[in-house]
Parts: sequence; C-alpha cells; structure tokens
Amino acid sequence: MPVFSHSDYLAILLSLRIAVVATILSLPFGFAVAYLMTYKKFRGKVALDVIVNLPLTLPPVVIGYLLLLLLGQNGYIGKWVLQPLGVKLIFTWKAAVIATAVVGFPLMVRSIRTGMETIDERLIQASRTLGAGWFDTVITVILPLSIRGLLAGSILMFARGLGEFGATIIVAGNIPGVTQTIPLAIYEYVSSPKGDVMAMALCLVSITISVAVLIFHEWLGRRMVRAD
Amino acid sequence: MELRVAAQKQFGTFFLDMDFTIEGRRIGLFGPSGSGKSTLVSLVAGLHHPDRGLILIDGEPIFDSGQAVNVPPEHRRISMVFQRPHLFPHLSVKGNLLYGYKRCAPKDRKITLDSLLEVLQIGHLLGRGVKNLSGGEKQRIAIGRAVLSNPRMLVMDEPLSALDDNLKFQIIPFLKSACEAFAIPYLFISHSLTEMRIMTDRVLSVAAGRVVGQMTAEQLARNSMGDSSVGYKNLLRLMAPRRIDGMYAYRWGDGELLISGGAGLQETLYELSATDIILFKRHPEAISARNLLKCRVGEMFEAGDRIGIGLECGSDKLVAVVVREAVRDLEIKKGMEIYAAVKATAFRQLG
Repeated sequence: MPVFSHSDYLAILLSLRIAVVATILSLPFGFAVAYLMTYKKFRGKVALDVIVNLPLTLPPVVIGYLLLLLLGQNGYIGKWVLQPLGVKLIFTWKAAVIATAVVGFPLMVRSIRTGMETIDERLIQASRTLGAGWFDTVITVILPLSIRGLLAGSILMFARGLGEFGATIIVAGNIPGVTQTIPLAIYEYVSSPKGDVMAMALCLVSITISVAVLIFHEWLGRRMVRAD
Repeated sequence: MELRVAAQKQFGTFFLDMDFTIEGRRIGLFGPSGSGKSTLVSLVAGLHHPDRGLILIDGEPIFDSGQAVNVPPEHRRISMVFQRPHLFPHLSVKGNLLYGYKRCAPKDRKITLDSLLEVLQIGHLLGRGVKNLSGGEKQRIAIGRAVLSNPRMLVMDEPLSALDDNLKFQIIPFLKSACEAFAIPYLFISHSLTEMRIMTDRVLSVAAGRVVGQMTAEQLARNSMGDSSVGYKNLLRLMAPRRIDGMYAYRWGDGELLISGGAGLQETLYELSATDIILFKRHPEAISARNLLKCRVGEMFEAGDRIGIGLECGSDKLVAVVVREAVRDLEIKKGMEIYAAVKATAFRQLG
C-alpha cells in the first residue's frame, strides 16, 4: 500500500487549487470574449479568434516559453508592469495558474460561445424594446441563458487544468510543495528509480478526480434537461 | 399618433426606400412576405438603423442621419410583440410581465400589473413557469409584457400568424381590449386582410421595399377583391343569439340572420364570403337558403373583372360580388331594391 508523502498531498491540493483559481479567473474573460465573438462585428475579429484558439493547437511547452518571455524579468509585462508593482510570478503557483488559464481558455470560450449561439436573437430584441440597455440585456438575458455553456466550459477547463504539464513546468518549474502539481509529481516519480508505485498511485488519484468531474458534469446536464 | 418615415436601408440585395407620414391610433402595415414590413418595424423600433433618413414619432426625431440622432431602442418606448411569444425562458410569468415595467420610468407607469391581469385574464397564470403554458397563453403573456412596459407605441409584427385560426380569434379580443383599455397606439403588421380589417383603421400598403399606398382597412380589402383568390369577406359581429331549429338567429339589419353551426356565444364574429350571396331582382317564391334579405343597392364598384355591390339592409351593410353579365341581366343600379339570399351554412365563425 503506497503512502503519500507530505509533498504528494500538497501536489494534489495544489493541482485542485490551480485548476479552480484558473477557471474562476478565466470565467469573466471567457464570457466577455465569447460575447464579442458571438454578437459583435468589428475589425480584427478573425485575428482575435485565431489568438484565442491558438493554445489549442500550439504545444503547451511553446505557450509556457512564450509566457516566460513575456512575464520573466526581461519580458514586456515582467519588466514594465510586474517589477514596478513588486510582483514576482515566475516559479510561483500563480505562474502555474496563468499557464493553466491560457491553455484552457479556448475550451471555455468555445463552450460559452456554443451556448450563446443557441440564444434566440428575438429574446435580445424583446429585452431591448422593453427598455433594457445592452449591458442590462447581457446581465439579465444573455448571462442566465448562457449558464449551461458557462458550466460546461468551466468543467472542461477545470479538467484540462488538472492535467496541465508542459506550460506549467516552464513558467512555474517543478518545486515540491510550491509549484509541483500531480502531473509534475508523476513525472518526477517516473524519472526516479523505484518511483513506479507512487507514480501509479498518483495516476489513480488523477483518474478518480477526473471521473468525479465527468460524473458531476453528466449529473448537472441531466438535471438541467429535467428542469426544462 | 403620427409616424413619419423617410428612410433608406440596404439589406444585402433588398433595398428599402420609404417616405410616408401616417396618422392614427390603429395603424396597419400590409404587404406580402418579403415586402419590407419587418425591416421597416425594426427600423422604427431601433433594432436596426437606416443607412440615411429620418424617423419621427409625433414630431419627435428618434432617428435622423442629418442631425446624428439615433435614440437607442431602450429609450424609444416602442415595445414589440413578435410572431412567436419569445418569453424569457429563465423567468416566471410574473418575471416576464414585469421585465419592461421595472425598466419604465416611474412617471410613465400608467398601466399596472393588476389592471393588466384583469384585461388579459391571466391572473391565474402568474405563478407558473413559462414552459407550462399553452400557445395561446404564451402569446397573451407576450402581449401583456409589451403592454405593461407602458410604451408610447406598440409594434405587433404578425403576432397572430403562428397561431391556428381557432386560437387566432381567441387572442384578437385580448389584443384589442388591451390596446383600447390602455389607449396605446399601435402599428399592426400582417399579410391577412381579415386581421387588418379587425385590428386597424388606417393601413399603409407596402411592396418590394416601397410604399404602395395609404388607405382604410376596408378600402384595402375592396382594392384586393380583384386580385385576391379569397375575394372579399364580410365580417359580421353578431350578438345575443336565440336557438331555432338547430340554428342560431341573430338580430341583424331589419330582421334576423339564421346561421347554422357555431357555438352560440353571446358575441361572435362571423365571416361571409361576398361570392356566397345570391342576388334576386324580385322576391323568389321559395328557396332553400334560410336568409332572404331585402336590401337597397348602396354602391357599385369595380372588383377586377367582377362588380362589387354594396347592399344596405336597414342599418347594416354587406358586400356581394357578381360577374358583369349578372349586373346586366338583373339591371342592377344604385338605389334599387334587391333581394339577397344567403345559406345558413355560408357563415364561418371566426371567434
């Protein structure tokens, strides 16, 4: 029977924490981008679509490296924004949150967009002619009717966040108890002699969390169908 | 209410170019599918804006490209009833009804929820979710939602076309009573002549993105007699029937009309096709038709290749349509007395 070390427990908790924080942080941005892509016509819409979806096709290591260049001490954001504010992101769990958010963002936007596209345009027009301004309409009509997309996108992003490896290891490193998540811990166990059992134990933890998330997703979906 | 529109709008290959002023509280917008009716109302409601031109309501500009005026839809106070109810699925019936009311400035809140519930008879639906309503109930809530937003004008974009005939004529009295009780001027869009005649006084006729003419609903129906396959329909609102030999007898003109079928309601709207009226120069001794009406020819007018005959029967009127040869044979002239026979089964109950 494998016994988890303190740092293994920390890795499990950190994985959950990073995935949850990244998902919550991405929600308002995901909703805003999905709204723009669904309802607005503007120059550069295709470019925005490409940029948002790029993390789906780019290797996560590339994303991690680009984030490192951007957020590092000599990067544009690192040098001009973070340093004056006294914020250090690289090789902290916060960097892992950013990496996870960037990698999972297109999945969230896609789900919310799919939900928004099913909203009858007449409902939005009815709302406007009944006296609601555009922001009022977004909050009282579009947001509540996008709730399925928001939930599906959140769950998808959370699940993707649990498995994030490539981008995280570049920007946050693999520091046990600080930035080491389940995938990074498994990687370390696999790389070390006699680490197979512990690697397998963490794999089982990972599978359990993923199955629980999928079951929750399914349950929520059925509940919503019943509510209809 | 006075509505002035002088606007142009290009929508793909469709070009709308309208210039008109129309006055009245019950305005109709009539035209075939694709004539630009819905485009025009979307410009008036502010859901789209013209490429150039102006739109004024009672002299107040709500759009004027020359003065860079474009009042957003939420400030125009023009609420809409669509072809389908389009109720907010995440809100209750009460939530839907109050959506516009809550957003209406307190000084403009003249119609209250209680008075609306009474007129539309929807009080019993208040606690329900919108998914548990029938088609007719949903449309009544949609009408209520628009009316309760206390608009200065109501725009109804074919609000009856998605309903079957039975339901349609159940909804019409609610539509009329809501607008009349709360004195809301409206713009009613339809391609049905019958709906136009029931709901409107003045009609703007449009085709291919342009205004064809402006007339009364009755005039529109008569103009369409020649080219419409359904011809002219007389609309008779009859009241307080009594039962005779399996038929209903209604007071009408100088006497009674006998009608077979129908539900015998206290007030019923019947339709009678102008071609279902047979004219006799003299009293026929015996006929199977149960209604023989002694009338005076009040007017005669062209109806395509036929002639429309306006019949005055006491205080009520009917329109019959006959071919020219019949007019010659019967020597029909304005002012002469004539007999009109109508079968008791020729009446169609509308609502």
